[in-house]
Amino acid sequence: MFDLILSKYNYWIYIVMMMIGFYAMIGKRNLVKKIIGINIFQTAIIVFFISTAVKKGGTLPIIEHAHGHGSHAVEVASYINPLPHVLMLTAIVVMVSTLGVALAIAIQIYRRYNTLEEDEILEQRKWSHNLPR
Amino acid sequence: MVPQSPALVVVVPLIFAFLSLLFGWWRKAFSYPITIIALSLSFLASIHCLYTVLTSGTIHYYLGKWEPPWGIEYVVDHLNGFILVIVSFVSLMVAISSKRLVERELPEKVVYFYTIFLLQVTGFLGIVITGDMFNLYVFLEIASLAGYALIAVGEEGAPFASFNYLIFGTIGACFYLLGVGYLYIKTGSLNMADLSEILPALYQSKVLLVAFAFFLVGVSLKMALFPLHVWLPDAYTYAPSAVSALLAPLMTKVGAYVMIRILFTVFEPRFSIELIPATTILGWMAAGAILFGALLALAQSDVKRMLAYILVGEVGYIALGVGLANRNGLTGAVLHIMNDAVMMLALFLIIGAIMYRSGNREIPSLRHMHRRMPFTMATLVIAGLSVIGIPPTCGFFSKWYLVLGAIDANKWVFVAVLLISSLLNVILFFRVIENAYLEPREEEAHEGVEVAVPIEEAPLSLLLPILVAGAGILSLGILSGEIISSVIRFAVPAGF
Repeated sequence: MFDLILSKYNYWIYIVMMMIGFYAMIGKRNLVKKIIGINIFQTAIIVFFISTAVKKGGTLPIIEHAHGHGSHAVEVASYINPLPHVLMLTAIVVMVSTLGVALAIAIQIYRRYNTLEEDEILEQRKWSHNLPR
Repeated sequence: MVPQSPALVVVVPLIFAFLSLLFGWWRKAFSYPITIIALSLSFLASIHCLYTVLTSGTIHYYLGKWEPPWGIEYVVDHLNGFILVIVSFVSLMVAISSKRLVERELPEKVVYFYTIFLLQVTGFLGIVITGDMFNLYVFLEIASLAGYALIAVGEEGAPFASFNYLIFGTIGACFYLLGVGYLYIKTGSLNMADLSEILPALYQSKVLLVAFAFFLVGVSLKMALFPLHVWLPDAYTYAPSAVSALLAPLMTKVGAYVMIRILFTVFEPRFSIELIPATTILGWMAAGAILFGALLALAQSDVKRMLAYILVGEVGYIALGVGLANRNGLTGAVLHIMNDAVMMLALFLIIGAIMYRSGNREIPSLRHMHRRMPFTMATLVIAGLSVIGIPPTCGFFSKWYLVLGAIDANKWVFVAVLLISSLLNVILFFRVIENAYLEPREEEAHEGVEVAVPIEEAPLSLLLPILVAGAGILSLGILSGEIISSVIRFAVPAGF
């Protein structure tokens, strides 16, 4: 059991991080904490993708700078898979833009309700609904 | 130009999004015509794509001439060629109608509105046309991020609704991405056609089950399938009128398309139906969505919020067709993607027009509306009848196929659900139509004279798309036999 955790520790880290982020997104009542939760969740996914690419003792998939003057870099078994890295570059861009949009909306919410606590916002919205129109 | 049309469908709105920003900074008035030009070009390109598919079969377009398993491939077959035309047509109609609505509701943000509007449409078209799993994720996020921004500029309560949507949408997109990751570990490929060849040998693997579960939950969140619909009513109620008219017909339909693609193209129908009971679960969720959406719509007095709940039910219809997993059911689902897009376009534009003229959308405030806005209200009646499912309108035909599919699958419960929801929709729409058309009794009795209400139709740029959508509802209904025999018959995945 312990061996199972230790030998694949990066995947366990990914699962734990994902659950922390998921909990923050759903469970926390503060909007900024929710945004931080989104980021932890997405970082966990990056850890997962990068873990899938890694090989023990693997080299770069570039002939010029690799170990052993490039003889390793042309064998599939001995270089690190570059594709998940590239996918994650795109995912990071998506992550940053999500963060930007989320923060911009949080600013709008703060301007309108003067708070970032979900409970207080809901309370204020309930008041504005009961007012006669 | 013509052989490049699959790329042009997506690239034109993307480039024009930046052009509209540039020219918009110079002269505010330019961004509207630029948007119309971009969407018209995109619409023409998608019609050309569908025409090519109909005459000479599936199009495979290699971006940058990189061949499929390595490069990104755009694939247009009967299913997504058909949906491309719907998406670009609906977004063109919304763009035309948006002129006055945006001037009224977002006077300082006209330029940014059109830029994000075009990015939103780029996202939708990209999701539909791409043949690559990761590319689909990127377009999904483009569409979602643009959607969050567009919703957040709406009325009071919109930013908060948009934030909730952002949380749910991000969870959905992340689950989808994880699903892609699990498939990639097992197969080393991201191309849909390639995956569908590699996967059958691995169907016993637990990893595929996990990936499949992630896809199903992620896409259900994006298409707002009950019980994952909680973000939808608030977001679409508080969004600006033009934005709800764009998102309500398209976002959920595009999500439904992704679901059909994953269930029946990436995975074979055999996997989704027999190896795990995914379609059965989907059918029950859909039945829940249909009843729940109609019942909660009954409780609303705000017409726009009522429509949002009706939309939850309509998503249920499409999912039910997918869940039935037989030929008639899927025909109904694909047909309903088209019909519902046109119906929701008409309904949300009508709400926009009513808001534009009266500034109020509570049901009781619709009184005398049939004299004030005769054409708009006539279209409302047509669209309402279509949602209920009365024969000459298009809504009837997709429901008919869904009922046939439910009978074929021997699921009589679903037949009952479909009929009950039609009855509930009758109540829903007659509540609106009664208020708009019938005069209150006591008023006539007391005064004996008709209250004079001047005709104040919606502005032409808004009325025209409403009338086109209304005509579309009728003509698509009459032509539905043609559409099924020439397009949808081939769009239903192989194996049914």
